[in-house]
Amino acid sequence: MAAPKRGRSASAQSKPGRTLALILIAIVALTGGMFLSGHTTPRLGIDLAGGTSITLEAKADQGSALNKANMNTAVDIMNRRVNGLGVSEAEVQTQGDRNIIVNIPKGTNSKEARDQVGTTAKLYFRPVLAQDATGSGAASPSPSASGSSTASPSPSASKSGTGEKATSSSSPSASATSQGRAVTDALKADATPSASASASTSASPSAPAPSAAQAKLQAQYTALDCSKKAQRTTAGEGAKPGDTTVGCGEYNGVWFKYVLGPAAVAGTEVKKAQAVFDTQNAAGWQVNMTFNSKGAKKFADITGQLAKNTQPQNEFGIVLDGQVVSSPTVSSSIAGGNAQISGSFTQDEAQNLANMLSYGALPLSFQEQSVTTVTAALGGDQLHAGLLAGAIGLLLVVIYLVAYYRGLSLVAMASLLVSGILTYVLMALLGPAIGFALNLPAVCGAIVAIGITADSFIVYFERIRDEIREGRSLRPAVERAWPRARRTILVSDFVSFLAAAVLFIVTVGKVQGFAFTLGLTTVLDVVVVFFFTKPLMTLLARRKFFASGSKWSGLDPKSLGAKPPLRRTRRSAPVETKEA
Amino acid sequence: MSKLGNLGARLHRGEISYDFIGHRKLWYGISILITITAILGLAVRGLNMGIDFQGGAVFTTEKTSVSVSQAEDFAKEASGHDAVVQKLGNNTLRIQIAGMDTKQSDQIKTDLAKDFKVDPETIAADLVGPSWGDQIANKAWQGLAIFMVLVVIYLAIAFEWRMAIAALVALIHDITITVGIYALVGFEVTPGTVIGLLTILGYSLYDTVVVFDSLKEQTKDITKQNRWTYSDIANRSINGTLVRSINTTVVALLPVAGLLFIGGGFLGAGTLNDISLSLFVGLAAGAYSSIFIATPLVADLKEREPAMKALRKRVLAKRAQASVEEEVADARPVSDDPDDDAAPAVVGPRTQPASRGRGRGRPSGKRR
Repeated sequence: MAAPKRGRSASAQSKPGRTLALILIAIVALTGGMFLSGHTTPRLGIDLAGGTSITLEAKADQGSALNKANMNTAVDIMNRRVNGLGVSEAEVQTQGDRNIIVNIPKGTNSKEARDQVGTTAKLYFRPVLAQDATGSGAASPSPSASGSSTASPSPSASKSGTGEKATSSSSPSASATSQGRAVTDALKADATPSASASASTSASPSAPAPSAAQAKLQAQYTALDCSKKAQRTTAGEGAKPGDTTVGCGEYNGVWFKYVLGPAAVAGTEVKKAQAVFDTQNAAGWQVNMTFNSKGAKKFADITGQLAKNTQPQNEFGIVLDGQVVSSPTVSSSIAGGNAQISGSFTQDEAQNLANMLSYGALPLSFQEQSVTTVTAALGGDQLHAGLLAGAIGLLLVVIYLVAYYRGLSLVAMASLLVSGILTYVLMALLGPAIGFALNLPAVCGAIVAIGITADSFIVYFERIRDEIREGRSLRPAVERAWPRARRTILVSDFVSFLAAAVLFIVTVGKVQGFAFTLGLTTVLDVVVVFFFTKPLMTLLARRKFFASGSKWSGLDPKSLGAKPPLRRTRRSAPVETKEA
Repeated sequence: MSKLGNLGARLHRGEISYDFIGHRKLWYGISILITITAILGLAVRGLNMGIDFQGGAVFTTEKTSVSVSQAEDFAKEASGHDAVVQKLGNNTLRIQIAGMDTKQSDQIKTDLAKDFKVDPETIAADLVGPSWGDQIANKAWQGLAIFMVLVVIYLAIAFEWRMAIAALVALIHDITITVGIYALVGFEVTPGTVIGLLTILGYSLYDTVVVFDSLKEQTKDITKQNRWTYSDIANRSINGTLVRSINTTVVALLPVAGLLFIGGGFLGAGTLNDISLSLFVGLAAGAYSSIFIATPLVADLKEREPAMKALRKRVLAKRAQASVEEEVADARPVSDDPDDDAAPAVVGPRTQPASRGRGRGRPSGKRR
């Protein structure tokens, strides 16, 4: 037992300088990395930098599927929505197994963002009753011609696996030219509730009320200007699946407005959608959809009806969250549950559409759990208060350490400094790496960690002092104290780390940020004590100031009350050799 | 330093020591009393749950000249609910309105901004739905339970099951005290408090583990000797780590105190303050419990073990023998050095020498 221990301590003693050099190089490298990456300050959380943080909790509809895949899809959707607002650096991330956090930095319209993000992703296939290009009034469709002539690919849906596909995919050009004229027809038809609009859908405006409802819709449609972002986002807001509503959609940078019939197929009835490249017919990128059995039947019905109509009433709008993401024309009834949307898609466009179709099948709805809006001024105050508290706490600790440990406190302070630098650099680097953001609880965690880090030194120092009290001289005391202190430090740090890890995995919200910092600093504590404090102590033990037990070293055997007889015999030997 | 250093030295040499184990019944009693008070406080007064746990809104204005009572009126008008308004250190107002959902509170914010004649963007708002707090609390309890199970397993492996149980009891004790103080004083419970409470877990155990570590080391070959019982050594471990315990607790409390007073002084209530307050209370409780509860409990449990019982018998027998021998030796020579008295006074049965002493009371009395 004694032999290997002595061997180990001897080897550790022999290269403390190398260990020290190693960790110093590591620090320099990390710091250099930080400066190279350009992220020299930790990313600040909303509560310190100002901004809005929204926490949403997923509720599973229809007793289904609160799983990781669905949550990730939801995060994608929300990301798209927030990005749609032109927000930079907004972040959407899952937290725990059922929460999504949306952080929107200051300077964005947080209300708009909230409205966007909080609503459920709903995808519907609605028959198009009327369609028009952006700003133009309903009565004057001509200006749209310029838009629609460039916006040729109004993609068409076609029956899968039949020869019709090739012909139908050529339809976009036709629809583009006819678009302008078709709109006026549709509106006429809309106003008189006898034409195709009522024929094509079940919820036809037939009751006495319709005239009023129609008039309102007409007014809404006329007033709608899809080129304006504010109007776009509110168009068709609050419309139920069974309502006739208005909506906006974009092709090649031109905004179109639509009157849309009641939802014929819900997005939840799409089983799968994916973008494929059609090599057979050289038709380019297209989107394949598969419906479930219910959806397939409904889709067959609606396409059967739509195919009989003329442009644009042979289109159905794919409406996601009130926005028309695509409006393919239908040339024939599509039965069997498989459909393709083709047109001159780029790969991105096709994949995007496929994603949206998949999103629409999302069976989750979200409920706002908390919304925190912090003004930049308040955030700055909090940050200052946190930093000040940290500085004062650190100062108090340093004063205490100096008063109690004298010279040894230099070791403690150097270690605290190293641990502080490492913490800062890692926080700065973890921002871009894993999206770590320093928030108020994390600041608290870091401040509390001062205590934990200092605790390790205290355990070690007290052990060394105990050894000196036993009558040993400093060098053997430092080495003998280490294995025992090491075990204590590891065991207790492990408990701390366990607490932090469990909290990080299980909890949500602010608790998580705190747990992360605590875990990080606990790990750093072990690193610093092993690779910095211990080697430094070994080196210093060779210095005369410490080894001779100067009154100010904090290791003075006399004031520590070392056993007189032992001290006389054992301590004198190394001192003599040193002086000799 | 030298005073504490001397204390450390004397503790280390066993020159002075407080008999923690011997007085354990007293400390158990005190702890039970505190625990009962805490439970009573919790039952009678309940916890003052913050907005985060009941749903509602907290608005923080920028510097304003609007008075507290005016703000109360504004808030009541806007929400139809009573509002709690506090003036914070930097002339800002903190307005709490409970029982709102997030949609309503957004409207209230707009109304308030109008009343205060400021831009809504300058009002910080914390809108919380009613079920959010439940989720935080549930997750926290879940985390607590998982952590406890893991830690008990870990301690049982690293040390032994008795220590694991003692540590767990000490942990529950700390949490009870902290929660009790919150109930009695009426501090507001926020997610920050929960964070603090959860941190105490790690800290309290940290302290306990350090004492246990020393205990384990010192009792390694305990059955091979018959001078000390398990309790004696346990007591020595506590005393040996006492200075360290004091130091680490002080060092841990200092930054937290900084956090508490800066957080409180500058920003009134807030996350900083919430976390540090529960940490402060919990840290103190944790230091207390590792010394007065956890270790005595281990000693209690250990002494039930047959091997330890046998050891105790041997030790007592040896001491009794020693004291008899000493008395025999004592009785013969009249001129004895006074140092000898010290030893039996600690370990030996007190009654016997006293009664025997009466017989030769005069001479010995004269001698002194």
